Amino acid sequence: MNILWLQSGGCGGCTMSLLCAEDPNVLALLAGAGLDFLWHPTLSEATGAPVRTLLEEIREGRQALDILCVEGSILRGPNGTGRFHMLAGTGRSMLDWVRDLAPRAGHVVAVGTCATYGGVTSAGENPADAVGVQYDGAHPGGALAADFRSRSGLPVINVAGCPTHPDWVTETLLMLAADEMHEEMLDGYGRPRFYADHLVHHACPKNEFYEYKASATHLSEMGCMMEHLGCVGTQAVGDCNIRSWNGEGSCTRAGYPCINCTAPEFEEPGHGFAETPKFAGIPVGLPSDMPKAWFMALASLSKAATPPRIARNAVADRITVPPSLKKPKP
Amino acid sequence: MSDTQLLVGPFNRVEGDLEIRLDVAEGRVRAAYVNSPLFRGFERMLLGKGAMDALTITPRICGICSISQSAAAAQALAQAGGIVPAPEGEMVAALLHAVENQADHMTHFNLFFMPDFARATYGGRRWHERAVARFTAMQGSALHGALEARARLLHIVGMLGGKWPHTLAIQPGGVTRAPSLRDKLRMQASLRAFRTYLEAEMFGAPLEAFVALESVAALEAWDTGDVALFLEIAADLDLAAMGRGAGRYLSYGAYPTAGGPVFARGIWAEGAPGAFDPALIAEDLSHAWMLGEAVHPQAGETVPDEAMRDPGYSWCKAPRLGGLGYETGALARQVVDGHPLARALAGEGGVRARIVGRLLEIARTQRVMEAMLAGIDPAARFMADWTPPRDGVGAGLVEAARGALGHWCRIEKGRIASWQIIAPTTWNFSPRDAGGVPGPLEAALVGAEVQPGEDTPIAVQHIVRSFDPCMVCTVH
Repeated sequence: MNILWLQSGGCGGCTMSLLCAEDPNVLALLAGAGLDFLWHPTLSEATGAPVRTLLEEIREGRQALDILCVEGSILRGPNGTGRFHMLAGTGRSMLDWVRDLAPRAGHVVAVGTCATYGGVTSAGENPADAVGVQYDGAHPGGALAADFRSRSGLPVINVAGCPTHPDWVTETLLMLAADEMHEEMLDGYGRPRFYADHLVHHACPKNEFYEYKASATHLSEMGCMMEHLGCVGTQAVGDCNIRSWNGEGSCTRAGYPCINCTAPEFEEPGHGFAETPKFAGIPVGLPSDMPKAWFMALASLSKAATPPRIARNAVADRITVPPSLKKPKP
Repeated sequence: MSDTQLLVGPFNRVEGDLEIRLDVAEGRVRAAYVNSPLFRGFERMLLGKGAMDALTITPRICGICSISQSAAAAQALAQAGGIVPAPEGEMVAALLHAVENQADHMTHFNLFFMPDFARATYGGRRWHERAVARFTAMQGSALHGALEARARLLHIVGMLGGKWPHTLAIQPGGVTRAPSLRDKLRMQASLRAFRTYLEAEMFGAPLEAFVALESVAALEAWDTGDVALFLEIAADLDLAAMGRGAGRYLSYGAYPTAGGPVFARGIWAEGAPGAFDPALIAEDLSHAWMLGEAVHPQAGETVPDEAMRDPGYSWCKAPRLGGLGYETGALARQVVDGHPLARALAGEGGVRARIVGRLLEIARTQRVMEAMLAGIDPAARFMADWTPPRDGVGAGLVEAARGALGHWCRIEKGRIASWQIIAPTTWNFSPRDAGGVPGPLEAALVGAEVQPGEDTPIAVQHIVRSFDPCMVCTVH
């Protein structure tokens, strides 16, 4: 299968992250699965005229296109013209190009939260009038209409994340290459369920602190960051702590909160990213699928039952009290 | 060849989108106009947001120099709030930053710059078959080796920063994770593996031998690794004379320590070093699609001209220092820092000099990272006690891989009243200023060869990529 990769209103970080794929490296992985790039802005040799020719050929249907990957949001401004990003050398906006090329594609994959929902590019006053390829924030209908379907019959596949984990992208492409991606494998926001059916909370190393609501009060402390530091890992989809990033990493492992970067409108939480909004001292956001009354009851019970080891470590920047050892049998 | 105009784009392997208009006469570029065609408006997004939001938003300006943006934002906020970071935290932040810069440099050489020499247009050159084997886009053995070495090097960012790009680990008061002794030893193993890669593949010899080069003659005698292949190509194609700049260089100084930056702050102009005065920076808007006057970034605004009127031809503003354009990047940093080889190349200032500046910095940065990591005391505190700034102004001046990156902020009642950014490629790829003086790339392209029938001249591509542009940062 061939892939055309376009970048628009984004930072290029999803490609940069993709290049971190390991075992095997991304070039070997894609080649091994029979996936090759017609053009990729970071990797391909071709520049300028041959790229313009390729785009025209796809638009006119003379070159078949299997997968269109779009990285970055689509800019509609100023005033609906799309001229905040004119694709260089072509005299046409990326908005026009995506609308022309998407119907030609077997599959359309939006890579990253800018491309899926608008993302950080649509933050604040959204100066460039940025939208996702098929969503405007949480609402269906972006650069492409809500009822758009690629030639395969699928809606745009939304590999959300800021950035995307390299494996989320490669595994989505592997599923497409294997002809195993079906609509029921996408969640309600078009995200592949193989990673979106997990929560960032799953396998978070702070889980024991969470169990007792033993909370960090400042960044760099080891405790759970849900109560005071804005962490929404119990609501955010992603297998970040199951598969980890760049070796052993993840946001919560590095001591800062999950900011729900796989979700529509994460860029506007309505409060500081590292602050937990509270009502009467109680965090407003609850873990996914948790009834409020039960959460309150369990939280107050577990907080009262917090072992001293966990309470002390929660507000330290490293383990200060180790787990007690079982005494040897006499 | 009669007078013609060429429009070059989309321009790839430049981290974002780029369009260049060329006036061509008698087989040479007579004038170049560089257009950064993407406007997102980060400086406007930030207005009215809580001060600390900048740490989440600004790294997302750029997926390749994300940590540089983090570091600049944290520094600006620290200055605005009178926050002094924990020294050990500052060192971890510097290490994170150095790892990113190192990864960017080797990505540029292997994935962005060298693949152009594998092009069919160079078929028959005595080095071409070797260039094809090593550097063919997507396939060359050097690209595969580089990707794997890079991914493993970035494990250090995974450990200290959670992920790359877009970490929130760097804060005004330090970093969010205290590395243990075990972490430190694991990262030292990663650094040793990266040195092994560099010495086996890119340099083909101990890095210290490259750092010890002091003259162009000694450089030209280097005969190992991919560096030797590059130098052979450079000699054959006379890359030394291609794309020469004005010889004016700017560095804000890289990696803060108690004793000053690891690579010095300053300028180089008219063949001599000079002091850098940040008060002399102004952004000229005469040829940008931006409204307003030329002012210092602390007083700057970002108001796009939605009508995109002439004489504007780019979303990029034109930063000037004391009224002059400056080139920034690895070569500039090494010239300003006073390395003898870089000083020997300062006047040459073309494609070869920029690439060698970057290679020299790779060799030097490896040793810098090793020293930083060795100096980290796991028993120390990595975060100071601090509270977010309420009212104040701050500047964060750092060195991204591509050069001088500045953030200037004004915080009022805990909210962002102004946040202005000048990225490295804003300097290098700026449009003309009010005096009609071209930006550094525009000037460097004048005289570039355009062969008969070329619509995307290969010389222009070498010159553009020698700057290692980051187009997403340029306008932001």
